Order: sequence, then C-alpha cells, then structure tokens
Amino acid sequence: MTKSAIEGAAKKTPDRLARRIRGLSDRTIAWIFVAPTIFLLLAVNIFPLIWTIRLSFTDFRVNRPNNDVEWVGLRNYERILSDPDIWATMQATAHFLIWTIVLQVLIGFTLAFLINKKFRGNDLWTTIIVFPMMLSPAVVGNFWTFLYQPQIGLFNYVIAFFTGADPASFSMIGDVNLAPRAIVIADTWMWTPFVMLICLAGLRSIPDSIYEAAECDRASKWRQFWTITIPMALPFLMLAVLFRGIENFKMFDLVVQLTGGGPGNTTTLTSIDLKREAFERWRTGYSSAYAVILFVTVFGLASIYVKALNKVKER
Amino acid sequence: MSFSVTEPSVRTKWFAGLLVIGYAIVTLIPLVWIIATGFKSPADSIAYPPVVVFEPTLEGYVNLFTDRTRATEQMLENAGPPTTWYEMIVRDRGTVISGPSRYGERFLNSVIIGFGSTALCMILGTMAAYAFSRFKVPLKDDLLFFILSTRMMPPIAVAIPIFLMFRNLGLNDTHLGMILLYTAVNLSLSVWLLKGFIDEIPVEYEEAALIDGYTRFQAFYKVVLPQAATGIASTAIFCLIFAWNEYAFAVLLTSGNAQTAPPFIPTIIGVAGKDWPAVAAGATIFLVPVMVFTILLRKHLLRGITFGAVRK
Repeated sequence: MTKSAIEGAAKKTPDRLARRIRGLSDRTIAWIFVAPTIFLLLAVNIFPLIWTIRLSFTDFRVNRPNNDVEWVGLRNYERILSDPDIWATMQATAHFLIWTIVLQVLIGFTLAFLINKKFRGNDLWTTIIVFPMMLSPAVVGNFWTFLYQPQIGLFNYVIAFFTGADPASFSMIGDVNLAPRAIVIADTWMWTPFVMLICLAGLRSIPDSIYEAAECDRASKWRQFWTITIPMALPFLMLAVLFRGIENFKMFDLVVQLTGGGPGNTTTLTSIDLKREAFERWRTGYSSAYAVILFVTVFGLASIYVKALNKVKER
Repeated sequence: MSFSVTEPSVRTKWFAGLLVIGYAIVTLIPLVWIIATGFKSPADSIAYPPVVVFEPTLEGYVNLFTDRTRATEQMLENAGPPTTWYEMIVRDRGTVISGPSRYGERFLNSVIIGFGSTALCMILGTMAAYAFSRFKVPLKDDLLFFILSTRMMPPIAVAIPIFLMFRNLGLNDTHLGMILLYTAVNLSLSVWLLKGFIDEIPVEYEEAALIDGYTRFQAFYKVVLPQAATGIASTAIFCLIFAWNEYAFAVLLTSGNAQTAPPFIPTIIGVAGKDWPAVAAGATIFLVPVMVFTILLRKHLLRGITFGAVRK
C-alpha cells in the first residue's frame, strides 16, 4: 500500500470521526465487532429459550389467548414423563438414531478406507458421493415417497427384481414394520457421505511413517489395521457420530416429508411429536415443557460424549 | 512407479476404485431419477415397469409454472388456436392455462431470503470472527461455546416462542423475519468457520500495516479481508445452502407471503392427484444449483460440515 492511498482514506473520513476511530482501543473494537452477533443470538435463541422455560410451567394455549393463564408448576413435566406415548416416541427416536449411526459409520468408514487407497479419479468420485448430503432434506424426502410407492416406485421395483417378490405387495411407508426401515434407508442414503468425509480426513491424518515402521516390524496388514488405523481414526469417527447424533435427534424435515410420522406412531420421532403438540393441538405450555426436556437431553448427552471424546484424543 | 511400502498395489487400487464407483452410481440413482422424471409425461412417470428410455417432454415444467383448468368447448373457441409451444402442450391435455402458478414466487422468496440472510450473516460473522481471532475478548471460550450451542436446539423447540415473538412484532410470514431468523441460525457456523480461516492469516501482515500507519479498521478491511476472501466465499456458500434447504422454520412460520420453495414443492398437485413430473421439475430446478455449489466447494466441504473442527 502506498502512502497516498492511506492519505486518501484518511481524507475521506471526516476529521472528528477519523480521530475517534483511530483513538478506539482494541478492546472497544472487539466489543463493537462481537456485540451485534451476541445481540442477535440472544434475541433469536436465548430469549425464546427462556420464554419456553417460563411457558413450560403454565397451561398457556396460543389458540386461546383470552383464557386465563394459570401457573401449574411442574405438572406439565410430570404428565410428559409419565405418558407412555412419549416414551414410545423416544423409543422410536432411539431406534432411528442407533440404526442410522451404525449403518452410516460402517458404510462411511468403508468408503473412506477405499477412497484412501488413492486410485485414480478418487477426488471426482468423492465429490459425486457427497451430493445427497448437500440437498434439501424436505424436497428429497418428498421425492423418496415416490421411489417408495408400491407397484410404480423404483425402490420397490428394484427390490422385487432381486427378490422376486411382487412390487405391489409391500409398501415401505405404509407398512407398520417397514416404515421405520424406510426412514433409516433414506437417512443413510443422505448422510453416509458426511461420515465418509470425516473418516477420510482421519485416515489422511495418519502419517505414512507409522505404517512404514510397522512394515519393518513385519506386522501383518490386518494387525496394522486394528492397531494403527482404527485407534488413530477413532477421534474422527467419534466426532462424526456426535454430529450425526445431534442432527438426527433433531430430525424433522426428511422424516416428516417421508412418512409424516405414520403409519400409526411408528415413525413419530420426538421433533414430529413436538410439532403436533405445539402447532396442531396448540398445547403451548405442555409442548414447551416437552421442548425443555428434549433440549436438556441432547445437551446432557452431548456434554458426556464430548468428555469421552476428549479422553480418546488425549491418549 | 513408487517403491514406498505404504503405496497400495495396483490390484488394490482397482478393487477399491470399482467398489467406490459402484457405490457412487447406486447413490446417484435417486437423483438421476428426480431429474429424469421431470422430463417424463405423467403416464411415463407412473408406468410399470419403470421406464428408463422415454420421449422427453417439457410438460412437467409447464405444469410447474402454470395453473390450468379443464377447457370447455366454448373456452377453446374463444381462446383461438394456441400461439406458444407451452400452450400447445397444455391444449393436448384438454386444458387451458388459467394463470401462472405460485412456484416462481416461492422460488424468488428462497432467493431473497437465502441471499439476504447470507449477506447479513457474513457481515456479522466476519466481524465477530475477526474479534475472536485477534483480540482478547473477555470470556472468549464461553462465548464461542455459547455461539455453537445455539445450534444444538431442535428448531421446533424454539419455534413456539419465536412464533409468538414474531407475531407481536409483525414479523410472521415476512421476508425480514425469515432473514433475521436464518441469520441467527447460521451465525454459529459462520463465526466458527471464519475464525478458523482468519486464524490462518499471519498476524504479522496486520502488524506491518499498523506500523505503516493504518488504523485497525483499515488493517481489517484492506489486509485481512482480501486475505480471507476464499474462506469468506466458501463460508458464504455454506450459509446460503443451509438457508436454501431449511424447512422446519419455513413450514411453521410462513404460509403465503414469504414461503420458501422447500415447504411448497411437496404441495404441488395436478388436476388428477399428485403431478410427479411437475414435482420432479420443481425439485430439479431447486436442487441443481446446490450440486453446482457443491462442486465449487469441494476443497472446503469437510471444514464446512464440521464447523471448522476438522481441517485437512
């Protein structure tokens, strides 16, 4: 930068303002820079959260604003925790979480392991595999209902082609037993690349010299895999599980478009149930308590998990 | 030919390559199917067995952008012969165009809200990230963790009070409300990513600028911003994609005026039941830009999806 450029910039700013900007301490600048972000997050995240907590102790209903709002203490929480339907929802969510994470970790890690063999064109294929993950889950989920149609759906046709079953004889999203699998398949299709990318970073972070040393010690490939590859990629794998866990605990868009929570309540995940309570039955106080319970659960589980993750990293 | 002991053998590479390419092809089938269905006629789209080779038609796209009604003899007489190619397609089905559909509007809403929130998010995020990267901010770690934790909340959980708050402020179903909301949702991502990118720029550059008589502000926008340009651009694309894809808030807080495309596309129906070619056409127009962006982003993908926690 030349001197004239600086003088030009200085001239453009009015004198008093220039002195003030020049005179600002780093500390003041830091606050000016951080404040808008913090303010917006307080207004759109923390303030609503506090409001939710407050509402959770009342019997407020949005659709009846003229009713007297009564302070009900912990009754909402008691009702939620003793409601068998909500435990069924929790169970459905847990099943969904476990299956998606297991499948995605297995497939994702295998893919990363294969891509790490550095065959020609691996970058191109990695990018192609990543596509589903970047797309809108609602739009994609909606289209999967078409793939899942009995008779005309492509998914049913392919399954029928390989198993010889009648493609009209089963409905992935209409059958009580198949619907939970349908959402796992779609979610796995969509999010396996996510796990793959993180695992790939983990595998690439292992220095070649370690494998070379193992070769010198005549360790078998199998042994190298279990004593070098897995332990060194483990922190990355755990990070992937953390991200997927949090995301799928909040899962809403993909599943609500796919099955809408049905048939019955078989695919009603917690977020879908919460949406029904809050925006269809309009039990605002009750659903606020529900939201608080969910938030505490995800935050608690995540904190415990992060502690474990840090321990693995330290080793 | 390398002689390193860690270099996989040619046979291993072939085997690995084939498996990965096989997976990639299988995973692409649903996407190819969406794009192909957009060019099928309604009959072809629901044919059994599913047709792979078909005569392409733009009927799905025409149906996506128009509203149609069944034509009576009299209407056809009054309207005269079809003058445009899209009218001809519609007439073949015995219908006439009664007006434009709302897809264009919804798509435009997605563009306005996506770009608006991304711009705002980048301005706020760059400033905050710079401050966190270069200055001693009191409670820095706590603030950064607080920013990240806002991402853990299920959107539905905060949607109730946001709904009430927006209603009181008159922001329900407005572009401004959705822009502010998406900005807040994306801020955690942009602050964490940008902090990583700015951390990588050597402090010495700014120190040299400061010694040359630059103020902090000048050093920020004349030295740091150009250096961080790639990082800012890729962060912006990530914010744009997240805002573009968002569904939960959009479906709860908008209904007409500011509704974006994701809640709208699944509601597209034809004259007789679900018009899958039109749905697929809408989805294609909506999804393809994201695929292009993904290709542009490929070097920074990992960083973006892990909030900067993993860097290559």
